[in-house]
Amino acid sequence: MISFRVNGRSVTVQADGDTPLLWIVRDEVGLTGTKFGCGIGMCGACTVLVGGRATRSCITPLRIVADADVTTIEGLDPAGRHPVQRAWIQLQVPQCGYCQSGQIMQAVALLNDFPDPSDEDIDAVMAGNLCRCMTYRRIRAAIKQAAAEIKGAGNHG
Amino acid sequence: MASLQRVMASHIHPLSRRDFLVMAIGGSAVFGFAGLSAAAIDPASPSALPMPAAGPLFEPTIWFDIDAAGAVTVNIIRAEMGQHVGTALARILADELEADWRQVRIVHVDSDPKWGMMITGGSWSVWQTFPIFSRAGAAGRVALIEAGAKLLGVSPSHCRSRSGRVISGGRSIGYGEIVRKGRIDRRYTAADLDKMPIKPVAERRLIGRPTPAIDIPAKTNGTAIFGIDAKVAGMVYARPKLPPTRYGAKVISIDDEAAKSVKGYVRSIVLDDPSGTVPGWVMIIAETYPAAVRATDLVEVEWSGGDGADVSEKDIQAHGARLIADPHAGSLLDTGGGDVDSAFRSAKSTIEATYTTSSVLHFQLEPVNALAFEKDGVFEIHTGNQWQTLILPTLAKALAWPVDRIVMRTYLVGGGFGRRLNGDYAVPAALAAKALGKPVKMILTRADDAHFDSFRSPSVQTLRMAFGDDGKVLAMDHAATAGWPTQILLPGFMPKGTNGQPYDPFAIAGADHWYDVGAQRVRAISNDLANSSFRPGWLRSVGPGWTNWAVESFIDEAADALQMDPVAFRVAHLDGKGRNAGGPPTAVGGALRQAAVVRRAATLAGWGGPLPKDSGRGIATTFGQERDMPTWNACVALVRVDRRTGRVTVEKLTLVVDAGTIVDPDSARAQVEGAALWGLSLALHEGTEFVKGQVRDTNLDTYTPLRIGDVPEMEIEFIDSAQPPVGLGEPATTVVGPAIGNAIFAAVNVRLRHIPIRSADVRRVISGA
Repeated sequence: MISFRVNGRSVTVQADGDTPLLWIVRDEVGLTGTKFGCGIGMCGACTVLVGGRATRSCITPLRIVADADVTTIEGLDPAGRHPVQRAWIQLQVPQCGYCQSGQIMQAVALLNDFPDPSDEDIDAVMAGNLCRCMTYRRIRAAIKQAAAEIKGAGNHG
Repeated sequence: MASLQRVMASHIHPLSRRDFLVMAIGGSAVFGFAGLSAAAIDPASPSALPMPAAGPLFEPTIWFDIDAAGAVTVNIIRAEMGQHVGTALARILADELEADWRQVRIVHVDSDPKWGMMITGGSWSVWQTFPIFSRAGAAGRVALIEAGAKLLGVSPSHCRSRSGRVISGGRSIGYGEIVRKGRIDRRYTAADLDKMPIKPVAERRLIGRPTPAIDIPAKTNGTAIFGIDAKVAGMVYARPKLPPTRYGAKVISIDDEAAKSVKGYVRSIVLDDPSGTVPGWVMIIAETYPAAVRATDLVEVEWSGGDGADVSEKDIQAHGARLIADPHAGSLLDTGGGDVDSAFRSAKSTIEATYTTSSVLHFQLEPVNALAFEKDGVFEIHTGNQWQTLILPTLAKALAWPVDRIVMRTYLVGGGFGRRLNGDYAVPAALAAKALGKPVKMILTRADDAHFDSFRSPSVQTLRMAFGDDGKVLAMDHAATAGWPTQILLPGFMPKGTNGQPYDPFAIAGADHWYDVGAQRVRAISNDLANSSFRPGWLRSVGPGWTNWAVESFIDEAADALQMDPVAFRVAHLDGKGRNAGGPPTAVGGALRQAAVVRRAATLAGWGGPLPKDSGRGIATTFGQERDMPTWNACVALVRVDRRTGRVTVEKLTLVVDAGTIVDPDSARAQVEGAALWGLSLALHEGTEFVKGQVRDTNLDTYTPLRIGDVPEMEIEFIDSAQPPVGLGEPATTVVGPAIGNAIFAAVNVRLRHIPIRSADVRRVISGA
């Protein structure tokens, strides 16, 4: 039995400790916004935050997150209005949308580390997130817009 | 490709007439209450469930209804897979209806024969739907004005409608109130609808104006529901144990002893598939998906047979080259006649070149999956799919179940790109559900998905051109061979060539280009070794993805042979004469519109301007998918080549697109951005190889699509046009590869004739040049 927190809520699951976190989140906790893409940690569709760090849940065994805080796309903001999500809507980033939960979670982690990211920072950090529809230009622009908004909010209060 | 137009017309357009009856209202049977099925999807609703309608409905056609609160619900038969198609289509209808856009909702409907052919492909959705939805909306508007005028006590001729209200002078009445009072008493026949006037372009209020896509918010907060998210009480999970080849394998024995140690493993089932879709498949059933994944690795299966187990890509390509060498092989397209052989015999000079492309995976990010179960005598298939009408009869055959008692529920598609035109993945889930008597949710792992992909066939093409004394082009001869998706999955869709031989129109389109080249021969040849070794698929842009690689590289080679500028040579031969004059409904202007995008792209890209050493600009132009629906594209690629490593860096892509009327400008731009980057990815980053019955690359460790850091600067411009809208999902894919190849030639004077272009090949050609 392993306990951890998802989006602030405590959960306890019976599954084996080597079960990938992805399937626990999707099928046991029932949060399907986190997606299965490659299963080897190379597409980023399964990205969640574990203790605030971007983590590929498809290759993260359940036992590693015991007692940890996991944040999924559903828990980023109660109203889905995190600055990154707002920028994603304003710039109409998603096409099919399948990778976008992972892109957004990775972008949130990126902005924690690089509040004012350059193109090079974005390319380096987002290189692990595949968008098969190739919305990359809009992803880059939306990250910059979100960065500006977060910085502006900080300056004003 | 007039024959293709006829084939499509017979398959698709009948629904426009038959279902267009605007029914009598007035308190009788046509007022009903919403009968939306529980699983049809409203992408703007938090649960994805359509909102219940308020009170009685006005349902003038099957395509939309208006409820008593004035909410307009537009029924979308196309799959949402990133094009925001529901938004664009609803804008067409709402514009003619003079609806209040804030009151418009969309519903992606389940399969039902009443919708006619359900297909999302070919970049056809807006092109095909525009005339249907325009007239449906106009009919609704006329009916509402008549009824509203009565309620206002004025003549309809004194009324107009705007933003969901019928207005007469200073008075007005809302659509919802008109519906509630139910005074619509006019009946429209199909003939009336044919004559239904469409608004002049200047009166459009939604078409051509930017709008947020209805499906996007749910795609940013985790609430969007894709096929992989489908669930039903009591379901078990399945992963297939795949046979070594796509066809012909039979299970000899299964040993699941080791799998029994996996907690949650249930059993293994050998599928009995009368449809022949998934021969040799074993389904591993478990209580959780991770258990199914582990158990599948532990189950041992012995197979016999296996067609293509000794076939590799080089065999398929060598076979293709042999087919091309046989002048009697293949189907001849109607390209306007002319004596090609005599032109070549009398030519002053000729050129010839052969172009090849490798196998390409779809690699749509959501691996194929399906949830299937039987309920009350109806088989339900919950999955994302692009061509319900194609797979339903196959499901009926596989299940031995009446086709009218199988329904496909609609989900968002986590990447289509043509993979989900072939709904073969629904069959094993359905067979397992039938065998077990309970709901089965099948998900393929990424590697399973790649092995089972109906990938883009490798291709071989040989092109020849004959020149006269003054450098005049006398004739062109183009022979193309590849595996043919349509021959495998829907042979009845194939039109016949001038020699009576059928051909896959989607595997040759593009070769029948709009250049004036004198006598022209286009020969489409099915690679039967490809067809028998794997299941060729439609992949974003299909044939034009390889035919234009050949045509547009070759046109550049022709210009070079004549020492002409590539832009000038193209414009000179896009003269719009004869069959290239084009014409209504959607090819008005013909080749002259193609010449216009070439000129504009050249200007925008600074064609002819100075560049550093080893950099070059290359141009290419295509008409997108088919002559019947030309989307005129031109692209200038700016590349830099590292002579030492052979590395090609694309620094900028400049694209100019004439797609007629642009319904939804931002989504249109997004489609061109994505399609163009697909073209770049296919040209430099992707490609696999068929090796002894399987594709070599099955995951991102070795299959390497374009990533964010590979994205060049891009400039995209649409030609302002009031011509009917054509397609945008695929066309830009077709033009980027040859533009890059031509730019490499401009940069370092070497010609690459194979896609993908690898650094090692560039290095090798440079050192040999």
